[in-house]
Amino acid sequence: MINYDNILSERVKNVQFSGIRKFFDIAATMDNVISLSVGEPDFKTPWAIRRKAILSLETGHTRYSSNSGMEELRHEICKYTQNLTGIGYEPKSEVVVTVGGSEAIDLAIRVLANNGDEVLVPEPSFVCYAPLVELAGGVAVPIVTRREDSFKLTPEALKSAITPKTKVLILPFPNNPTGGVMRRGEVEKIAEIIRGTNIMLISDEIYAELTYGGEKHVSIASLDGMRERTIVINGFSKAFAMTGWRLGWVAGPEPVITQILKIHQYAIMCSPTTSQYAAITALSSPEVRRDVDFMVSEYDMRRRLCVKSFNDMGLDCFNPEGAFYVFPSIKSTGLSSEEFCERLIKAKRVAVVPGTAFGKSGEGFVRVSYAYSLKHLTDAMTRIEEFLREIK
Amino acid sequence: MDNIRSKVLHILRGNARLTDEQIAAMLGVTAAEVGAEISALEAEGIIIGFSAIINEEKHDRSAVTAVIELKVSPQIENGYGAIAGKIAQNREVMSVQLMSGGYDLAVTVKCDNFRDVAAFVADRLAVMDGVLSTATHFILQRFKEKGALFPSDADDERSLVSP
Repeated sequence: MINYDNILSERVKNVQFSGIRKFFDIAATMDNVISLSVGEPDFKTPWAIRRKAILSLETGHTRYSSNSGMEELRHEICKYTQNLTGIGYEPKSEVVVTVGGSEAIDLAIRVLANNGDEVLVPEPSFVCYAPLVELAGGVAVPIVTRREDSFKLTPEALKSAITPKTKVLILPFPNNPTGGVMRRGEVEKIAEIIRGTNIMLISDEIYAELTYGGEKHVSIASLDGMRERTIVINGFSKAFAMTGWRLGWVAGPEPVITQILKIHQYAIMCSPTTSQYAAITALSSPEVRRDVDFMVSEYDMRRRLCVKSFNDMGLDCFNPEGAFYVFPSIKSTGLSSEEFCERLIKAKRVAVVPGTAFGKSGEGFVRVSYAYSLKHLTDAMTRIEEFLREIK
Repeated sequence: MDNIRSKVLHILRGNARLTDEQIAAMLGVTAAEVGAEISALEAEGIIIGFSAIINEEKHDRSAVTAVIELKVSPQIENGYGAIAGKIAQNREVMSVQLMSGGYDLAVTVKCDNFRDVAAFVADRLAVMDGVLSTATHFILQRFKEKGALFPSDADDERSLVSP
C-alpha cells in the first residue's frame, strides 16, 4: 500500500478545502433546497455571444490561438479596459487572455511571490487568494475589513499590516462576499501609501461592471503612478454571464506580463479558442452591451430589495455597492455563521453561505447571492423570516 | 426620478404580487410614490387589471385553449370594433386582437373541454353576422407565458453552492 501522505507535496496538503465546498456537501444531500448561495449569474449568456461561438465551431475554428490569446480579442480587451477604467494597455505585450479570472489571479500571485514574501489579503474575500499565495510559497497576511468601514480597506489597517517582507497587496473590490467597493477618494488613500514602497498590487476587478449607485468603478491602476505597480484582473464570467466559458484576462506592465506569459504558456498553452471567439462578440457587440446593462439594472433592483428585506426582519444588512451579494449580520441571533446556515437549511431548506468561508473575519455574517429571480428571492426571504421567528 | 412609470410597469409585468414597499425599495423611492404611480396608471387605463400566470392544462387536464383565426367583414363607421366587441363579450374568450396579414381577428378561447370549443366555434362564432371564416388551432403545450417560462424554476442548472 502506498502511503500517499509521504508522497504528496507538503505545500498542497497544507492547503485547506474551501469552506464553500464543505457547505455544498451538506446542501447537496437535501431536497427542495432554495439556494441563495450561487456566485454566478442566473441570466444565460447573451445570445449574440453564444451564436458567435456556434458559428466558430461550425466553421471549424478550433485550433490553438497564440499563447497570450487571439490578437483581435486582446485589442478588444484593451479598448474595453480603456473605456471602463481609462487605462491604456498595449494589446501585444501587456495583456494575456486566461482561463477565467481564477487563472489570472494565480498567475499574478506566482509571478510576484518569492518564498516567504508576504501577500496582504483584505478579508472577508473570495476563497482563492490565500491558498494560491501559499502554493506559490508566499505567506498570506489577512487584513480585516469591518462592517463599520463598509468593508473597505482603510489606510490605517493597510499601514499596520505592512512589514519589510510585504511584497503584494491584493485589492478584491468590488468585493465577494461583502459587496463592498472602493470609491475614488478611498483608492487614492491606498495609492498614497503604496507609492512610497516597492509593494505591487493585484487588483481583482472581476465585478467592476457590477458597481451600483451612480459612480462607476475606479481602478487603482488609473491613479497617478499606479499603473506601473498594478496587475489588473478581469474576466467575462460575471458581467457577461459567461461562467462556464472560463475566460478572463490579466493586464499590467510589460515586464510583468512577459514573465506571466511564461507560466501561462507552459501550464495552459492558450485559453479555449471557442470562448475567445465568443468573447470578441461580448466586448464589441452593441446588442450584448444592452444585455449587460439590462442585467446590471436587474441586479441593482434585487440588491435594494434584499437589503431592505434583511433590515426589515432585524438582520443588520450593510448596503453593498458592488457584485451580486448582500452580507447581512446574523449576530443578533446569537448563532455562529455556520450554526445559522446549518439550522436554516435544515429547518427551512434555504442555503446561504457562512461568512467564515471567506475568512475568519466573516464570523457573524452570511453571504446571500441575489443572482436569482425575484420570486425565488421573495420566497426565500419569507422562509428566512419564519426561521428567525422560530429561533427567537 | 424620471421614468418611474416604465420601471414600475417593468416590475409589475414580471411579478404583480410585490408590495408597494418592495417595489419602492427596488427603485429607491417611497412606497407612497409607487402607490400613486400605480393608481395613476389604473386611472389612465394603462393598467387594466392584475392576474396570475396560470399553467391551465396543469390545473385542469381536460381544459382546452384554442386560438381562432377569424376573417370578418368590417362594418361602415365601426370598422372591426363592433364585431370584435361582440365576440369579446363571451365568457370563454380570453383575448381578441385585430391582426395584420392573412386574417383579421385572433380570438383566444379557454373552455373546459374540446366539445365546448367546437360548440363555441360552430354555434356562436361561425354563425355570427360578418364572420366570413374561422380556423381553429389548439394549444398543445405551453413553454412561456407573459414572460414566464414553464415550468418556472426547472432550468436552473447551477450547482447549489458555488464561489
